Amino acid sequence: MSDLPIPPVADVEGWTCPAPLRHQDRIVLGHGGGGVLSGELIEHLFLPALGDATNAEMRDSAVLDVLGGRLAFTTDSYVVSPLFFPGGCIGDLAVHGTINDLAMSGAQPLALSAGFILEEGLETAVLGRVAAAMGAAAKAAGVRIVTGDTKVVDRGKADQLFVSTSGVGVVPDGVDIRPARATPGDVVLVSGYVGEHGVAILSRREGIEFGTTLESDTAPLHGLVARLLAAVPDVHVLRDPTRGGVAGTLCEIAEVAGVGIELTESSVPVPDAVAAACGFLGLDPLHVANEGKLIAVVPGEQADAALAALTSHPLGTHAAVIGQVSDEHPGLLVARSPLGAGRVVSRPLGEQLPRIC
Amino acid sequence: MKYLDEFADPVVARRMIDDIGALATQRWTLMEVCGGQTHSIIRNGLDTLLGDTVEFIHGPGCPVCVTPLEMIDRSLEIAARPEVIFCSFGDMLRVPGTDRDLFAVKAGGGDVRVVYSPLDAVNVASDNPDQQVVFFGVGFETTAPANAMAVVTARQRGLTNFSMLVSHVRVPPAICAVMDSPASRVQGFLAAGHVCTVMGTAEYGPLVDRYQVPIVVTGFEPLDLLEGVRQAVALLEAGTPALRNAYPRAVAPAGNPVAQQVLADVFEVCDRQWRGIGLIPASGWQLSPAWAEFDASSRFAVDDIHTAEPEACHSGEVLQGLIKPNQCPSFGTVCTPRTPLGATMVSAEGACAAYYEFRRLDPR
Repeated sequence: MSDLPIPPVADVEGWTCPAPLRHQDRIVLGHGGGGVLSGELIEHLFLPALGDATNAEMRDSAVLDVLGGRLAFTTDSYVVSPLFFPGGCIGDLAVHGTINDLAMSGAQPLALSAGFILEEGLETAVLGRVAAAMGAAAKAAGVRIVTGDTKVVDRGKADQLFVSTSGVGVVPDGVDIRPARATPGDVVLVSGYVGEHGVAILSRREGIEFGTTLESDTAPLHGLVARLLAAVPDVHVLRDPTRGGVAGTLCEIAEVAGVGIELTESSVPVPDAVAAACGFLGLDPLHVANEGKLIAVVPGEQADAALAALTSHPLGTHAAVIGQVSDEHPGLLVARSPLGAGRVVSRPLGEQLPRIC
Repeated sequence: MKYLDEFADPVVARRMIDDIGALATQRWTLMEVCGGQTHSIIRNGLDTLLGDTVEFIHGPGCPVCVTPLEMIDRSLEIAARPEVIFCSFGDMLRVPGTDRDLFAVKAGGGDVRVVYSPLDAVNVASDNPDQQVVFFGVGFETTAPANAMAVVTARQRGLTNFSMLVSHVRVPPAICAVMDSPASRVQGFLAAGHVCTVMGTAEYGPLVDRYQVPIVVTGFEPLDLLEGVRQAVALLEAGTPALRNAYPRAVAPAGNPVAQQVLADVFEVCDRQWRGIGLIPASGWQLSPAWAEFDASSRFAVDDIHTAEPEACHSGEVLQGLIKPNQCPSFGTVCTPRTPLGATMVSAEGACAAYYEFRRLDPR
């Protein structure tokens, strides 16, 4: 429609930077944002350094063949500020996040570890509240925290407390869930409202109210995954859209599987308060973090069964079909606006930046 | 969402697109002035949907994009000082200066903070009496009143540790700069609705008379934009350039007199460099002499920092509507949101970033 040539999309996507890291001499906050900068750090620094891992398939947890069975294994660190926020705290988050990384391989979690880095001077009562929340979250999820570690650093060398959790789980026979299995004809579902966690944290951190108090959606998803797998054993992909949001997750799936993903924007369940906050701050709800939602990619003919299974579970009440996998525009996520125009959605670079106006 | 969804109704939008198509006997070239409008047009695909009727040229209305490189370098110099807490709106942090950005200053130990209101920066100054707190005061007429209120509040509180690095810009002189360019192809303007909410519409009538182009004050939701386009196309077809207000629910002809008074009290009009464009006479605001004590540029003696823009960056031509972002040889190759050469690739409202993020696929 335009009178001007549009450069081939492949050129833009295939371009690699001659300098592997933009900020070569320093780590910037964006390196932890789960977007392009994080990916570059993994690709250009960690994978070369860590040797064998270079063949690792990018996913939320590794799956290891062990004595005839399969074990899912994952680790994650939590540095959220504030420690306590509407809907949860760093403790629930650390338990749920690692359970979810296991669940995204289809695994039922067995056990977790918990490592604490504490700042000198932290009130013991604060640590007690976090630990109690972790215990309660693990108990509610039916998972044991079986080993741990504590270190204390000088005052000012950490922000109150950081938590690191690792987890192992068992992958049931016949389950093969990984991003590379996304196939043209598949359908993409999300298990509920998007953007709640990121906006809840932002509003508490910055003291911004949006008429109603949004709560983080932090929740363990292995029960929801079990319900889904019972109805649709051949789920192709599961991911939890944490940092980078739904858009970042779908971009990664499209890249890894070499397929196109078409997203119907009007089908994505965005609560009014999230939409208002994002509109106000100039953020895109598709890029905002979630901590209790999953993206499922299932064969097209099983979409109805998958949706029914998700919506029958308390954590999937607002699940929706939001898109489909296609053999067009491989490697790209294309969002179709309510007016019918398509646009390519990119992975976020690093930190989300509120706009001026 | 009530009062927003109604202005994005796809059925009404389709009808309006058809109406505009029926109205037009030729393809008209319109400039939307504001970066927020550019973002909405690309995001909703209005440029594609109106492709046969209207060509949009994306105007110089993103404050992040037009803040000159030397002002960015001054901000980096100030922010790196150990005694300074540097406060800024979020999207200024990733604007590349000559050799780094504010994120890099922060990673190197500078105290750089994102604030959502300039008054938050004043509170930071109250809370940190032993530190110098500097706010990066950028933006058009929309953000200027709140920034003016920040220095008023700082004086009321007797704060001597607050100052502002001011790089404010004004829309009407930018419209003149675009129209005075011999290469300009712009046949009509969608004026920035929120700027007019503050300033009213009186400044635009003389521009209609001078350049004989229609100017339609326009909002930001899809139907707002389509209504602005519809009125502009109708005026162009009739050959009767005029000033119209297609955003009356937010824009009163007189604007916001209280905000205008604060602006008049605190700022004075000055010449201003625009990134990629150059000097535009009377296109900016600076603190007036009565408020000069709050001027960070003189407090930190960075007035003598002058920098040239990279030659490979054609953002000036993009901002003047002479080329589309994807006609720049650097677009998507050496210049991406990850490695921006110019600010138009940095801000989500910048024309180049909008093209890159939402670059269109051929319609099926």
